[in-house]
Amino acid sequence: MPKLELVNLRAGTDSKEILRGINLTINNGQTILLMGPNGSGKSTLAQVIIGNPRYKILSGKILFNNRDITNLPMETRVKMGISISFQIPPKLKGIKLRDLALEIMRRRGIENPLEKLKKYAELLRLEDFLERDLNVGFSGGEMKRAELFLVLLQNPAFVILDEIDSGVDVESVGILGKAIRSELQKNGRSLIIISHTGIIAKHVHVDVAYIMLRGKITCYGPPTIVLNHVLEHGFARCEKCEGICYVD
Amino acid sequence: MSIDSLRAEYKEKAKTYLNKHASQADIDLLSIIKLNKLLSEKKSISLEEYSDLLEKVGIDVTGRNRAGTYYQVDTAVLEYYSKIPGIEILSLEDALDEYGREFLEYYWRALRVDKDIYTALAELYGKGGYVIIVKEGYKIKQPIQSCLLITSNNVLQAPHNIIILEPNSEAHVVTGCAIMREVIALHAGISEFYVGENAKLSYIMIHGWGENMYVRPRTGVIVEKGGEFVSNYINMTPVKSLQSYPTVRLVGEKAKAYFSSIIVTSKSSHIDLGNEIIFEAPDTAGEIISRVVAKDNAIGVTRGRLLGKAPGVKGHLECMGLLLSNNAKIVTIPELEAAHSDVELTHEASIGKIAEDEILYLMARGFTREEAESFLVRGFMSVEIKGIPESLKKVIQATIDKMAKAL
Repeated sequence: MPKLELVNLRAGTDSKEILRGINLTINNGQTILLMGPNGSGKSTLAQVIIGNPRYKILSGKILFNNRDITNLPMETRVKMGISISFQIPPKLKGIKLRDLALEIMRRRGIENPLEKLKKYAELLRLEDFLERDLNVGFSGGEMKRAELFLVLLQNPAFVILDEIDSGVDVESVGILGKAIRSELQKNGRSLIIISHTGIIAKHVHVDVAYIMLRGKITCYGPPTIVLNHVLEHGFARCEKCEGICYVD
Repeated sequence: MSIDSLRAEYKEKAKTYLNKHASQADIDLLSIIKLNKLLSEKKSISLEEYSDLLEKVGIDVTGRNRAGTYYQVDTAVLEYYSKIPGIEILSLEDALDEYGREFLEYYWRALRVDKDIYTALAELYGKGGYVIIVKEGYKIKQPIQSCLLITSNNVLQAPHNIIILEPNSEAHVVTGCAIMREVIALHAGISEFYVGENAKLSYIMIHGWGENMYVRPRTGVIVEKGGEFVSNYINMTPVKSLQSYPTVRLVGEKAKAYFSSIIVTSKSSHIDLGNEIIFEAPDTAGEIISRVVAKDNAIGVTRGRLLGKAPGVKGHLECMGLLLSNNAKIVTIPELEAAHSDVELTHEASIGKIAEDEILYLMARGFTREEAESFLVRGFMSVEIKGIPESLKKVIQATIDKMAKAL
């Protein structure tokens, strides 16, 4: 059963169309890898799915669990179980990671918040960061671990991980991969993993890989084939695709 | 010189200054002074009546969790007592009687009587004030509290407060200031703090004045070798106008000072608050941190001045302002002055509104827009509260939470 469907989705900012007709279906329990060069529209797609009001939908539809959410506000989409790990999360001075984590759980009425806090902090090796202001002075890897930590606390049904492996040290990629595998890739959760390098794909299960170019999904295929192709030839070859992967 | 003649001299100085400068005051001083004289010195009120008001500014009305207490209502000293050895709490008159000339070492020494209109006014017309002496070597963990309450109209409340920490002692003093909502009054409290060698004073002041209130406290602090002064200030309610500029002199090697101020300026308040640290001795260090949140039509001015005069000095100044309305205004005026080459002084300042990115980020984590804003404001106001016991941290955190919710 499809969890999320994008139907001929066109979207952008006030001045510019960025997504130029996206068709994509992600089924229950499926993880897809979305690859593409910088500026191809991957992050815009992520923000449009979560409902960031900075982006306008020009035409097309977003269906979540068969419900049309195209015009629903971000707040409602988050409540329905969509969550995102940001490519570049803001630094929140004066807000401790612990306080934000507890607040997220308080909102969800979690019974033993401290237990959960401890469990996920250990899993993501963030024990020493709980008393620090979120992302202030964090390294790339620490920032992404904190992002995944907060996503886990939201217990989402659908997760977008936007460049979770970029600017991240090798050790952190391992920690992130393990947490994604053990905590997210279960119970019918679906994931979009956005990555321009695909490094994270070595650590998690991926069902299908997609290539996005200039606001369109141009190609898809088994992750190993697509990934090897991209690693070998870069995205330049995708521009004049020879059909090595599968083409729509 | 006898006490009486010295005090007469102070009065004379104050009078001369006031005669010369009273016309420059931004308040109708004469009418306040005239009415002030008519006030009865005796005051019998039940504090229970005001307990809600007082708890908001950090006062423990039962006194149970405090090492000592001083209460002043309008111009009248209500009561004062110390519960534990090592601390003396006296009224100013008591202290002069008891310690005589010895005490004059601490009278108008951290501040000049003719510093400005308000110091002069306090000397001439002020009444009350506490003297807290912490004896050598006593480290008192339980806070001492002083409470200044105003209940009458047109009152000038100008107590002269003195805190003396003898060498190697430690104390925490909480001062809560509150007022009956509608009252028009002027507060010009004088505070002189003397922190002895290797002593540590932490001072918390929570202001909960009213919209018709003029506030002009004057504070001077002297810190000796190895001593430390920590001040945490919070203003939570609207005032007519508040202007204050506590100054600390670090006169002994390795002395330290830390100021944090959290100021909410709202309605038509005009709040102008600054701190000054003068580093007079080698290897002294200090920090001034302020957060101003301005809403409605309010004005918030924060000043900070670091003056380094000796080798090995380190000082940092940080002023952050958050505007919650288009009609409010924030001004920050940081000032660094080095009079020695081996001095490291830094400052950072910023003013802005709540960042849209941060709001959207929290909304993606399940907050509504309003909740995200209030959470971010609370974060903005939570500066590090240094050097105070856990119980007081809780009082401060609760105050900040309440303020953030009310915004």
